[in-house]
Amino acid sequence: MSIGVIVFPGSNCDRDVQWATEGCLGMSTRRVWHEETDLSGFDAIVLPGGFSYGDYLRCGAIARFAPALQSLIDFAAEGGRVLGICNGFQVLTELGLLPGALTRNRDLHFICEDAPLKVVSQRTAWMQGYNNGALTLPIAHGEGRYQCSDDTLKQLQDDDAIALSYGNNPNGSVSDIAGITNASGSVLGLMPHPERACDPATGGTDGRRMLEALLG
Amino acid sequence: MPRFQARVLVRLRPSVLDPAGEAARGAAERLGVEGLSKLRIGKAVEMEIEASDEAEARRRLELLSDRLLANPVIEDWSLELEQS
Repeated sequence: MSIGVIVFPGSNCDRDVQWATEGCLGMSTRRVWHEETDLSGFDAIVLPGGFSYGDYLRCGAIARFAPALQSLIDFAAEGGRVLGICNGFQVLTELGLLPGALTRNRDLHFICEDAPLKVVSQRTAWMQGYNNGALTLPIAHGEGRYQCSDDTLKQLQDDDAIALSYGNNPNGSVSDIAGITNASGSVLGLMPHPERACDPATGGTDGRRMLEALLG
Repeated sequence: MPRFQARVLVRLRPSVLDPAGEAARGAAERLGVEGLSKLRIGKAVEMEIEASDEAEARRRLELLSDRLLANPVIEDWSLELEQS
């Protein structure tokens, strides 16, 4: 069982993810350059945070065309678990694996702080470990305001696909949304950084159960 | 092969908040420019393309605009095209 972390030019949380999944949680992890196309050896794929392709044009717009992501579409279609964190969430929306889009924060600030979060749905493996319904994860983004049409929001609610919401909505997201899944629950995208909350030495372990679900 | 000049204007959809536009509007007021009730910031993408005819150039540029230059979830786009 192993995890692949896709590395784009401009990714900067790929090593943090590997430290969390392998260093803290003991799960075999390999970083995968975005030009690779064979994802067959992996049980789960993580798209890490950062600024893929410099966030040129729009966040995630160019990463979407990377060879590894054409393989990721098939990987996800076969039910493989996919986790997109921050820039990875933006890439998943551009790729069409998750609905909606991430836009400039309401108040234009790059926000770097611990965010109080609420578990909206415990339906998926990602969220089943959070029995008290609340957790705290770091956020660090300038473009994390989740946007979608009213129809898409209703679809997310009908599918029970809103995984996480902000307690304080720091960026102006629709319906306080911090993270969503696809209808089947195999793909999770979120703006907060679970990989930065796995090592007790660097503040909190609330991200652990979410990452354990990659192979859980 | 005919050459065409193209410009695609990408705009945030009216329903999407444009905080950068709002900040620029605030700065316009501080500059002393009065009466500015709307300021929204988009992108202009200028291109040159070779194609067999205008319809073919338009077909390719529409694909490009819809799939790469704009994200239809949050943005609208329009295309201006003329033979050079």
